[in-house]
Amino acid sequence: MSTLSPGRTMPTEVPAPGRKPRRQPSTWWIYIPLIIGLLLLVGPFIWMLLGSFKTTGELRQVPPTWWPENPTLANYEDLFSRLNFLGYFFNSTVVAVAVTVGNVVFCSMLGYALAKLSFPGKRVLFGVVLGTLMVPAVVTFMPLFVLVANLGLVNTHAGLILPFLAGAFGVFLMRQFIGGIPDELLDAARVDGAGEHYIFWRIVMPLCGPAIATLTILTFLASWNSFLWPLVVATSDRMYTLPVAIALFATGQQETNVALLMAGSVVVILPVLIVFIALQRHFTQGIAMTGIK
Amino acid sequence: MTGRSDAVGAGPSAPTAGRSRWRDSLIAWSFAAPFVILFFVFMAGPILVAFVSSFTDLRVTDIRNPLAIEFTGLTNYLDVLSDARFQKAAANTAVFVVVGVPLTIVLGLAVAVGLNQGVVKARTLFRVGYYLPVVTSIVAIAVVWRLLLGTDTGFINGTLTIFGIEGPGWLSDERYALWSVIAMAAWRNLGFLMVIFLAGLQTIPKDLYEAAEVDGAGPWQRFKGITLPLLRPTMLFAAVITGIGYVQFFEEVYVMTQGGPLNSTLSLALYAYSQFSFGNYGYTAAVAFVLFVAIAAVTFFQFRVLRES
Repeated sequence: MSTLSPGRTMPTEVPAPGRKPRRQPSTWWIYIPLIIGLLLLVGPFIWMLLGSFKTTGELRQVPPTWWPENPTLANYEDLFSRLNFLGYFFNSTVVAVAVTVGNVVFCSMLGYALAKLSFPGKRVLFGVVLGTLMVPAVVTFMPLFVLVANLGLVNTHAGLILPFLAGAFGVFLMRQFIGGIPDELLDAARVDGAGEHYIFWRIVMPLCGPAIATLTILTFLASWNSFLWPLVVATSDRMYTLPVAIALFATGQQETNVALLMAGSVVVILPVLIVFIALQRHFTQGIAMTGIK
Repeated sequence: MTGRSDAVGAGPSAPTAGRSRWRDSLIAWSFAAPFVILFFVFMAGPILVAFVSSFTDLRVTDIRNPLAIEFTGLTNYLDVLSDARFQKAAANTAVFVVVGVPLTIVLGLAVAVGLNQGVVKARTLFRVGYYLPVVTSIVAIAVVWRLLLGTDTGFINGTLTIFGIEGPGWLSDERYALWSVIAMAAWRNLGFLMVIFLAGLQTIPKDLYEAAEVDGAGPWQRFKGITLPLLRPTMLFAAVITGIGYVQFFEEVYVMTQGGPLNSTLSLALYAYSQFSFGNYGYTAAVAFVLFVAIAAVTFFQFRVLRES
C-alpha cells in the first residue's frame, strides 16, 4: 500500500477564483444603490434581532420603535424554559447531520461509479436519476407519506431522514467533479494492486474537498430549513424540528406572543448564519460550479 | 474495503485481460447499490405510485383497505380542470411566473452587475448580506414579514402613520396580497440569482469592455452590446431554475397567507397540498401531474425563447 502515490494535485475542473476587476474608482456612486438594496435585504433581520429583546407590548406599539426601549432577555429565557427548545434543536441537528452524511457518502459512491467505472445500465440509471430533478416535490409527497406511515415511521427520526438520503442533485454534482480527476491517477493505483473501494475512499474522496464542501452546505441548509415534510411527519412535540415548532407556535397562538416568536426565529437563523459566513466562499464557488458550464 | 486482490493482473495496458467484466460490474454496482435502493424506494417508486393512483379514487380511508380502490380513468383530471378553485390557482400561478420570474431576474442581475462594476470594498459583506434571505428558514422569514406587513400594528403601516398615511392591508386585502407575496419572494430569491450572474459575469473577458470603451461606447451600450448577449447561457439557466421555482410556488404563500384572502394568493402547489390534507389522494396525484406538465411547458418555452438569438 505504501507504494501508492495519489499526489495532491487538484482536479482540473475547479473554477478559477474571481479576478478582482481592475476598474478605477470613478464608479463610486454604484455603492449608493447597492447599500440601499443591502439595507432593504438585511433590515428585516436586524429588526428581528432587535425585536427579540423587546416586549410584546412594545412590538405592537404604533408608531413602531426601532431600538428596544427596555431591552430584556425574557424571551430567550422563556424559549428554553417554557418550550422544549433544546429538544427541537436536537431534532433539527440529528436530522440535518444524518441527511448530509448520507448524501455525501451515497451520492459520491454512485458519482464515482458513473464517472469512472463501467457497468450495464449506467446510462439509463444516470438518465432516470437526472430526470427526477424535474419532478416537483408535490408529486412524491402523497405516496411518500403513505409509505412512511405504513412503515410505522411517523414521529420517528428515521421518518424524517430516510426519504432525503439519496438526492439526485448530489449525484449530478459528484459525478461532474469526479469526472475531472485524471484517470492516470486511478490507473496507477490499480497497477499497485489497490481495489476500487480503497481507491474511492483513499484517493478519490480526499480529492473531492470543494465538491463535498458544496454538497455539505447545500444539503445541510436544505434539511435544516425544510418545513413541510417535518410538519406532516413530526406530529408530536418531542419530534418537532425548529421550523415546525415555530410555525405551529406562530399559527396556534393567534400571534399573541410575537416577541417570543422573534427570539425563536433568531435561534433558527443563528447556526445557519454562522455556518454560512464561515463557508461562504465554498458556497458561492459551489453554486457557480453547478450552475455554469 | 481494501480488496487488494480485486485488480490482480489488471494493468492499464491490458484492461480486459484476466479481469472479468462480470466482476467489474459487480464492483461498480456495489458503489451504486446504496443510493439506487434508497432512490427507488423513496423517489422513483413514489412517482410511479402517484402516477397510477392519479387514475383512481384513492382516498385516505382506503389506505388500510386497498380492495376498495377503483380505477376511474381520467375522472380526476377532468374534475381538476373544471374546478373553479383550481382555475383560480392556475391563474394566480401564471401571475407568479409572469411577474415573479422577470422581477427576480432583473433585481438579481442588477445587483450582480453593480457588484461587478468595481466594488472592491466590503465585497464579502455585500455578498453575504444579499444572500442572507436565501439561506434563512422560510418560517423565520414569514414571522418577520407578517409583522412588517401587518395591517394595524405592522412596522410599515405603523411607520406610515407617522406621516399621516393609512397603509393598506398588505396581506389581508385581496387586491394587494398577491403583489405583497411576489415582492417577498423576489426579496428572498434575488440573492441566489446574484451569485449565478456573478459567476456568469466572470466568464466575460475584460478586454471586450476596454475595447468598447476606447470606441466610445457608454455604460448602457456596453451592457446591451456585450454583457447581455454573452450572458445568454447564464440567463437561460437562471430563467429555467427561477421558472421551475415559481411554478411550484408553495412555501411563501403557505406561511404568509395560506392562499387567502379569498384564494387571491392560492398557488397550484398549495391547491395540491390542500387536497392532500383533505385526504383526496388520487385527486392530489392528478393535480401534481398537471403541475408537472406546467413545469415542463414553462421550461420548454424558456429554452425556445432564450436559446436562439
